[in-house]
Amino acid sequence: MIARILSISLGAVLVENFILVKFLGICPFLGVSKKTDTAVGMGFAVIFVMGLASVFCWLVNYLLLVPLKLQYMQTVAYILVIAALVQFVEMFLQKTMPTLYQALGIYLPLITTNCAVLGVALLNTQYNYGLIESLVYGVMGGVGFTVAIFLFASVRERLEFADFPKAFEGFPIALVSAGLIALAFMGFSGLKIW
Amino acid sequence: MNNVLYAILVLGALGAVFGFVLAYASKVFAVKVDERQEEILSVLPGANCGGCGFPGCSGYAAAVVEGRAATNLCVAGGAACTAKISAIMGTESGSTEKCVAFVRCSGINNSVKKYDFAGVSDCLSASLLPGKGPAECTFACLGLGSCVSACRFDAIHVIDGAAVVDKEKCVGCMACAQKCPKNLIAKVPYSAKVTIPCSSKEKGPVTNKMCSVGCIACKLCEKACPNDAVHVVDNLAVIDYSKCDGCGACAQKCPRKLIKLSDTVKN
Repeated sequence: MIARILSISLGAVLVENFILVKFLGICPFLGVSKKTDTAVGMGFAVIFVMGLASVFCWLVNYLLLVPLKLQYMQTVAYILVIAALVQFVEMFLQKTMPTLYQALGIYLPLITTNCAVLGVALLNTQYNYGLIESLVYGVMGGVGFTVAIFLFASVRERLEFADFPKAFEGFPIALVSAGLIALAFMGFSGLKIW
Repeated sequence: MNNVLYAILVLGALGAVFGFVLAYASKVFAVKVDERQEEILSVLPGANCGGCGFPGCSGYAAAVVEGRAATNLCVAGGAACTAKISAIMGTESGSTEKCVAFVRCSGINNSVKKYDFAGVSDCLSASLLPGKGPAECTFACLGLGSCVSACRFDAIHVIDGAAVVDKEKCVGCMACAQKCPKNLIAKVPYSAKVTIPCSSKEKGPVTNKMCSVGCIACKLCEKACPNDAVHVVDNLAVIDYSKCDGCGACAQKCPRKLIKLSDTVKN
């Protein structure tokens, strides 16, 4: 079991990194990667929501959709679950943990419509993961997101001082460097321990 | 057919359950934000100029509600805004005389120049040069526009080498004054009828040599004033706006034509 969890974790963080290999969640990846501290804030919010969403979507799927043979409604049901969950978590945090709420700030509601979160729920179903495996995959997928956005934000901070043609300023050079980082992550694709 | 029914029922039920849970949660987990804060924020101009001394309009709204700030600090909104905030807070509004910024110099073009300045267009950099900038008068407006870029209301512009405030647009936040390395920008009442655009504290003969309009501390205005409102302090004529009634006697006597009546000048 531990070996399985480790291999899922490694897969989610490096081999099948959500952003750089699966190309999910590109919007926040480009949107909030101008500074490393906001990038890390976003990363932690994603870890939090992806972990929760994996568990709840698994429960909805196996307790409700599968018994009634409604698997074809998964996407719709998951969107519903994730949107409601994020709203609930936001209210819950605002009341009980104001400091964490302040730290996650605007990022929490932003994640509601993040395709990486919907992606992790659908992939859990596709891979036939159990409850614990789903949780691990969700959290580690979030960690992979954090790693990618942190690396990218660090690169972008340095780009501020780099000397490149004027036509590349802003998003073009950011997209080029995102592509290069993605290429580097392709190098992990052959990685296997067990 | 059953499949379709199930789908509608399950998703409908799921949505309804989530809806009720969220509705309930919004009651249980409601965080009390003083609704007056929202109301005050809605009547504030939203310029976030910082003229009140708080970080932006929302910071000021929070401070007012918590009783840390008076209701009349918003310079951009002026008296109308103060009245609205006071009504929301249920307090008497302190009366506020609208103030605007005023540049106390007629510009570098009136002064003898020591050298031509061709550096960065920034007053602070220029004022750090030997002799405190290119003008012979060390109190001169350099006309490089650091105040212009500080203004969020498009109210100050460099005209003929001198920064000039458009008092209709100025809200009195004094952001420009903080940027002026020569400390030339002062607050004057919006209703001020007489202004003296000079800051030179040099003795009369010195000012006379280096500037064509600067105050030479001749005290003719002091003698001409029927209300005891203008005095020469540190070789510079200064108006006490609480006494000035705008008769213009000082402006007529001024040998340098420095003292301006508000109807005749741009500011």
